[in-house]
Amino acid sequence: MMKDLSKPLPRPTPESKPFWEGCKNHQLLLQRCKGCGDVRFPPNAVCPSCTSPEFEWIPSTGKGEVWSHVVFHQPYHPAFERLIPYGVAIVELEEGVRMVTNIVGCPPEDIRVGMQVEVVFDDVSAEISLPKFKPVRETGPSSPQVSSGSTG
Amino acid sequence: MGNLKDKYCIVGIGESDLGQLSHLTTISADLIASKNALNDAGLNAKEVDGVIAMSPQGEDLSVLSLHLGELLGMTPLNFSADLNIGGATPVAMAYHAAMAMEAGLCRAVLCVSGRVRRAQENPSVEAEEDEFDAPYGMFGDTAYYAMAARRHMNRYNTTSRHLGLIAVAERAHALLNPIATMKEPMTIEVHQGSQLVVEPLRLLDCCSASDGAGAFIVVPRNRAKDLKHPPVYIMGIGESHPHCGILDSASLTTTGAKVSGEKALRMAGISLSDVDVAEIDDCVTYVVLVQLEDYGFCKKGEAGAFLESEGIEVNRAKIPVNTHGGLLSCANVPGVLHLTEAVKQVRGGCGERQVSDAEIALVGGNGGILSTHVSIILRK
Repeated sequence: MMKDLSKPLPRPTPESKPFWEGCKNHQLLLQRCKGCGDVRFPPNAVCPSCTSPEFEWIPSTGKGEVWSHVVFHQPYHPAFERLIPYGVAIVELEEGVRMVTNIVGCPPEDIRVGMQVEVVFDDVSAEISLPKFKPVRETGPSSPQVSSGSTG
Repeated sequence: MGNLKDKYCIVGIGESDLGQLSHLTTISADLIASKNALNDAGLNAKEVDGVIAMSPQGEDLSVLSLHLGELLGMTPLNFSADLNIGGATPVAMAYHAAMAMEAGLCRAVLCVSGRVRRAQENPSVEAEEDEFDAPYGMFGDTAYYAMAARRHMNRYNTTSRHLGLIAVAERAHALLNPIATMKEPMTIEVHQGSQLVVEPLRLLDCCSASDGAGAFIVVPRNRAKDLKHPPVYIMGIGESHPHCGILDSASLTTTGAKVSGEKALRMAGISLSDVDVAEIDDCVTYVVLVQLEDYGFCKKGEAGAFLESEGIEVNRAKIPVNTHGGLLSCANVPGVLHLTEAVKQVRGGCGERQVSDAEIALVGGNGGILSTHVSIILRK
């Protein structure tokens, strides 16, 4: 059997389609509930907080910090085998939601909890652009990144 | 319904063979464990009129509890429940059984959980592809546990070596346990030399694939008196489920064990220092480390130092943990072997791995990614 070497791509659902269309336009969109104002991710038809079905798509600032991160040393999927070791992170956006992503422009061993990051888009197909994140070096390259270790 | 303290007892325990059981199916392993539990209790099948079962992850065995009850000759059942709160399920079964009997639904309940992997299954490949995980190369539960371990390491300077001390102690227990499957001795150097799987977790921080089943029988106190073994009383129970998905977790360094443990101790009317032995979920080493803190065996953030000084090994530690070898080194059968081992310890007679004068055991179950948590306290 031939190995499937193409990476899995998101198959947008009715709920997530606007999110992925936003990404295609290099906009990171989040749902904001019109009932209670809660910002949510991943996309959902109703607000988990107040169950209101009314919402609007708002642009995220695209800024956040690394909440946690790991490095894959074993292949769980044939398409990622040649990338080992590769990093995966969870980023907490300023809006409070978290998403699984990759950190680009930084080797996996340099990723730190609390590292400040901002969104960049990886155009992986004609239809799909994946939001990924790169480190923000606001204080200049000489200042070391200090991990925040904010909450548990 | 009120307080269930000491009203229900575990009177029989049983296990199937453990390890690679390609000649069996999940249902056949469940049946063997159930028969062994009935024999251990000295009950015949017709005296048991309730069954609680768990269908293993990835294998949808519809109405498993009734199916097993029928195969065992227990029908018509008065109570049948298929339960699933992840890896915490088998521990929860004990008091779900007690609650059913407290409500007057039935008079004796068989609880059973097992798993036999089908031959074509490759545990390293996750079939399920999440829209927001898979495109980034994020697969499997181990990676999420690694995310949790990373936060603890970052915040409290916990190290891979600290995690390794747990794996080494559990392996030492497995060497003393005749039914354990992992019989290769492990030193901390061996652990530190094992390959990284999803960093910071190494191969020896994780469970290997194994098959098997465990079962136990719960009856009311008055029914327990004239059976084969002295009853093991359910003293206290507690549940706490802090989140479902890890992305919504308030904390990955404090788990549901904190609250579920407090509730169980409160019902039991004891303090943690009264507990003689702890059998707590260990699907990866980090889960043991964080539970040691959450239960209060050491302070938050100090489990690394606790493991270096006191440890969790029987005959050395004040509180021996996972004396059967756990999921890591006994067998990766969801949760139920922690409970059967706790019953064995308070009954006595565990040979070299027996905790001396063990009277009270704490059993902790964890499911999802630190999502569900249940605690139960047993005494002789």
